[in-house]
Amino acid sequence: MKVTIVDYNSGNISSVINSFNAVAGKKVNIKITSDLNKIKSSDKIVLPGQGSFKSCIDSLRNISGLVETLGEFAISNKKPLLGICVGLQMFADIGYEETETKGLGWIAGKVSKINSLSGKFKLPHIGWNQINIVKKSKIFKGIENNSHMYFVHSYEFIPNDTNVISATTNYSSKIVCSIEKENIFGTQFHPEKSDKIGLKIIDNFINL
Amino acid sequence: MLKNRIIPCLDVKDGRVVKGINFINLKDAGDPVEQAKIYSDGGADEICLLDISASNENRDTIYEVVEKTSKKCFVPLTVGGGVRSVEDINKLLNCGADKVSINTAAVKNPKVILESSRKFGSQCIVVAIDAKKSKKSWEIFTHGGKISTGIDALEFALEMEKFGAGELLVTSMDKDGTQSGYDIDLVKKISSSVNIPIIASGGVGSLDHLVDGIKSGASAVLAASIFHYGSYSINEAKKYLASKNIPVRI
Repeated sequence: MKVTIVDYNSGNISSVINSFNAVAGKKVNIKITSDLNKIKSSDKIVLPGQGSFKSCIDSLRNISGLVETLGEFAISNKKPLLGICVGLQMFADIGYEETETKGLGWIAGKVSKINSLSGKFKLPHIGWNQINIVKKSKIFKGIENNSHMYFVHSYEFIPNDTNVISATTNYSSKIVCSIEKENIFGTQFHPEKSDKIGLKIIDNFINL
Repeated sequence: MLKNRIIPCLDVKDGRVVKGINFINLKDAGDPVEQAKIYSDGGADEICLLDISASNENRDTIYEVVEKTSKKCFVPLTVGGGVRSVEDINKLLNCGADKVSINTAAVKNPKVILESSRKFGSQCIVVAIDAKKSKKSWEIFTHGGKISTGIDALEFALEMEKFGAGELLVTSMDKDGTQSGYDIDLVKKISSSVNIPIIASGGVGSLDHLVDGIKSGASAVLAASIFHYGSYSINEAKKYLASKNIPVRI
């Protein structure tokens, strides 16, 4: 099996690479690339993302054909894709970080700043928070409700259709922290930095 | 709900872990990779590696340490010490650091913070504020606490927040290595003035000091000696905090 972590020059992906390598057995081939042909021939795709919504989208679009190839993979061919952090946020139609930026439009919704309730909640939302699992998700196999995951973000994805939400976390309000829509998965938290329980999520994705 | 973090810090010199008293009299106490692994297995919420010799000496050893550590620890890894430029930050992130802590360079050239937070995102930029009490306020020190700058710590904290720092690591130079507790007034002052999370550092000698740090408004508490010399395990610290009604991840 081939799992590709998309390397599109946006932020630090070494932790994602390390975690997938740690989990992958001998039968799993982990590739880190932005090569369109290699992406097309993959069985699964991981879309990481750090920095701002705008910088991630810009970096994706900077690689000619990448957005189309990812769309073909996830939307037309319905092959499994996991977005992490801004990787998840980019599924939205639109993001408001830095400036209004068009997203990939795979899952209808927007990405806006977490309400700090006038500074009562510090931003970024950094640290370990518990997830409330609201629907059964394939990547949560063996994951208990209220498990702690590691978060670091100031913006949240608000999907139009709440049925795609698989988990939320409480920080000033109920923040969407995991989604599953058919073959498309996303986590706002960082499974690669969430200790053994996070590695379990990665293992679940690899074994889908 | 968001939990308060406990962050053990490993002071590293020439690739080995040391912990000094007021940054002098270093004692060798082990391999950083093994230490970090013990901490992450023990429930550390994050691990901090601080290259304390970095401002003055050859620091290439830290890259190798970071690379090895990040392959074994799957909790956030913060690395600091001697980070001078955007390129240094880039190199550490590529080696597997999740966050980089910047001290001297942030004071000398604040644009490094502006530029790096735009380039890599605020989430990986931690500004380390080493402050010493001076009459009614606190003054920033650089180069591992050796050089005074005349800069007011609170003003600097606000400026760094504006420039895109994701977190502030606030160390009291008066307290560091004394095991007499954090400078509570300093933590209170800064955490109540900025909207980004504060990590309290410098002076922890008992578990009550960790409690005091959180109660003063810090989102996370950093300590070295009490964990390093085995006075307490991370788990004991967390249980103690929980017993004081402080939310922690257990």
